[in-house]
Amino acid sequence: MLAESLALSAVLFTIGAVGVLVRRNAIIIFMCVELMLNAVNLSFIALSKVYGMAGQVFVVFVMTVAAAEAAVGLAIIIAIFRHRQTVNLGNINLLKG
Amino acid sequence: MLQEATAVAHPLSGSIAELVWLVPVLPLLGFVINGWLSVAAASHVGPKDPSAAGHDDAGHGQAHGHAHDSGGGAHGDDHHPVVRHKYATLVSIVGPGVLALSFALSVAILLAMLGVDHEAPFVRTLFSWMPAGDLNIDAALQVDPLSMVMTLVVTGVGMLIHFFSVGYMQDDPGYPRYFAYLNLFVAFMLVLVLGASYPVLFVGWEGVGLCSYLLIGFWFTDKANADAGKKAFIVNRIGDFGFLIAMFLMFANLGALDFAGVAEAAPGMGFNSAIATTICLFLFLGCAGKSAQIPLYVWLPDAMAGPTPVSALIHAATMVTAGVYLIARSAFLFSLAPVAQLTVAFVGALTALFAATIGLKQWDIKRVLAYSTVSQLGYMFVGVGVGAYVAGIFHLVTHAFFKALLFLGSGSVIFAMHRAYHATHSHDDAQDMRNMGGLRRHLPVTFILMWIATLAIAGIPFFAGFFSKDEILAGVFARAHESTLAEVSWLGIPGSALLYAIYAMGLAAALLTAIYMTRMMLYTFHGPNRTGEKERAHLAEAPWIMTGPLVVLGVLSLFGGWLNLPTIFPFGPQLALEHFLEPVVGEATQTVTRGGAHLEHSTEYVLIAAAVAIAVIGIVFAVARLKPARLVPKAQAPEEQGIERVLVNKYYVDEFYDRTVVQPTVWTSRNVLSTGVDQGIIDKLLVTWVGTGIPRLLGWLGSRLQSGQVGTYAWVLLIGVIAVLGAFTFR
Repeated sequence: MLAESLALSAVLFTIGAVGVLVRRNAIIIFMCVELMLNAVNLSFIALSKVYGMAGQVFVVFVMTVAAAEAAVGLAIIIAIFRHRQTVNLGNINLLKG
Repeated sequence: MLQEATAVAHPLSGSIAELVWLVPVLPLLGFVINGWLSVAAASHVGPKDPSAAGHDDAGHGQAHGHAHDSGGGAHGDDHHPVVRHKYATLVSIVGPGVLALSFALSVAILLAMLGVDHEAPFVRTLFSWMPAGDLNIDAALQVDPLSMVMTLVVTGVGMLIHFFSVGYMQDDPGYPRYFAYLNLFVAFMLVLVLGASYPVLFVGWEGVGLCSYLLIGFWFTDKANADAGKKAFIVNRIGDFGFLIAMFLMFANLGALDFAGVAEAAPGMGFNSAIATTICLFLFLGCAGKSAQIPLYVWLPDAMAGPTPVSALIHAATMVTAGVYLIARSAFLFSLAPVAQLTVAFVGALTALFAATIGLKQWDIKRVLAYSTVSQLGYMFVGVGVGAYVAGIFHLVTHAFFKALLFLGSGSVIFAMHRAYHATHSHDDAQDMRNMGGLRRHLPVTFILMWIATLAIAGIPFFAGFFSKDEILAGVFARAHESTLAEVSWLGIPGSALLYAIYAMGLAAALLTAIYMTRMMLYTFHGPNRTGEKERAHLAEAPWIMTGPLVVLGVLSLFGGWLNLPTIFPFGPQLALEHFLEPVVGEATQTVTRGGAHLEHSTEYVLIAAAVAIAVIGIVFAVARLKPARLVPKAQAPEEQGIERVLVNKYYVDEFYDRTVVQPTVWTSRNVLSTGVDQGIIDKLLVTWVGTGIPRLLGWLGSRLQSGQVGTYAWVLLIGVIAVLGAFTFR
């Protein structure tokens, strides 16, 4: 059971990572980040069976932070959209040196 | 007491000699107090020191400097009323007082030392100063016969000169500052002579150089004085470079820098070895700077710009003899290097002769004495150079007596002259002998005492200088006959021949010494008075606080020779100083003379007769040839011609150095170092091109990485993570 859980977690994490890297739409990238976080959560849960309850406690923390991050992140994306009429990150390069 | 832990306790440990550190600390305390008073007075209204912050009445500040450089004469604002410094009384107690205490303590230590029969020096370790790997230098003071002789001269003569200064400097607005510097000088000088290792000695060596600089430029509002101070400081740096190299070589080759350690390791270098000769020659370079020998003597005559008591203490009696002391202290090294010894002796003889010829035609009374000092220092180097260390130190001591007397006497003369000019608002030169003449009627005490000193320096029998000068010459003569020096060759010249030449040069210098000293006395005290009608009425002897030290020094100049009477002398304590110094330099002297080199009594009589005859001839010649009556005051004096002109201009050595060293240095600094290196290479190449160009290039390259594309950053992050993970996995 452990191996399968970890494999699923790895697959989810990879899908998330690839999504972050190849997509340009901020909303999609945001969702992919969430996917990566939850992939990690899954491995925490799976490993807590072996290493004790600390993993499960950690998951609660991760979900809390992810919720806060979602609130702030979505707010930023909405602000950008209002300002630039787009959420395509290819067009947003204000940090260019 | 680290030393005592391993060795058997020295008999002096636990005695008053433990307090030897107080000897230099007392004058240091005087420096702190007087320096504080000087600074404290500066913030109040009162007579201003030109160094003080206040600007009101600055001209007043200048007016009370007594002695000035040759061109100086009296200052413009002489009509100001004389106001003593507000702390003058306190300073007059503290300044000389600390010296008196120091002298008393030195005498007590000497008595304690005479009471015990122990040859090894007593080393008082205060604290560990430089522990660095193999190098371990303690701040330690050494009590042995040589350091005690020097300490007594420094504190004793120093004390007398401090008392004299109380009178001489009484109206100077910089009175506390003067005593602060003078106290600091004595403190450093005592560190120099008491230090138990070369680095500790070097601290004193540099310290006295600093004080010399401060005191030469004491009246620094006159640019010539400030320049003279700078000249002394810079010329001394050249010598100090040699001293430092010598210390580096000693540590590299001997692994020690304290006197005991070096003395122990020195024979390992081997007799007449290249390294021993190199170390000694570099040491001698340091000595030539400090003790004003050819080619570095040029600073000493200019040093007369300082107050006259300073010339007496620093530039005649003590500091300039430090080089002689250093060679005597390093006797164990020099006795291993006969070539270096011959160099020292030859340079000394050359300096003695050279400076004496310049002294023949100087008009400034202090410059005559300055060249005389250079000449006599040359004599001392002849003594320590040929390994007659006791004779060299003996001459150092007697010279301290009679030269301090001569300088203080000249100070007394200048004091009287200046007061006379001050009273009549004259602007004539108070130091030029052409303006003096016939002063014996006005300054009888100074007159008699200066004649005693003159006879002593000329080498007239039974005065102090006679014995010491004769001992040096006899030492040279004996070693020319048989010694390690006679056997080596120096630049192809056999040592024996060179030593006979040095002896002849010494005799010639003695003749010239007698002539120029008699000349100085004749022009100053004899003949008609050339001061001027109005001024004559104001010429008077100095107060007792100034004549008192003169009398003491006069007695010492008369009887100083008793310190080391020769064996052929029928009565008195024979060779007292030689026996006293035996533990320090006896072995080194034996190395040079091989236990021989004693003169037959008949030879000794002949040598003495020759020396006395030369001195008498010199005096008689001067009296017969020089007619003070024909001399005219400075203002009407005609220009000298021919060889006299060369002598008046000191062989144009200063001009020569100016052309060959100073001007090329200034030119190089200005055109190469300033415009080339500083503005060209550093400012333009390094600062403008390299300093701003390279950061800009790097910044531009870095900014190319910042595309602003979050996707790119994410890729970089991923690659980085993979690289780190890979590094951990496959390491």
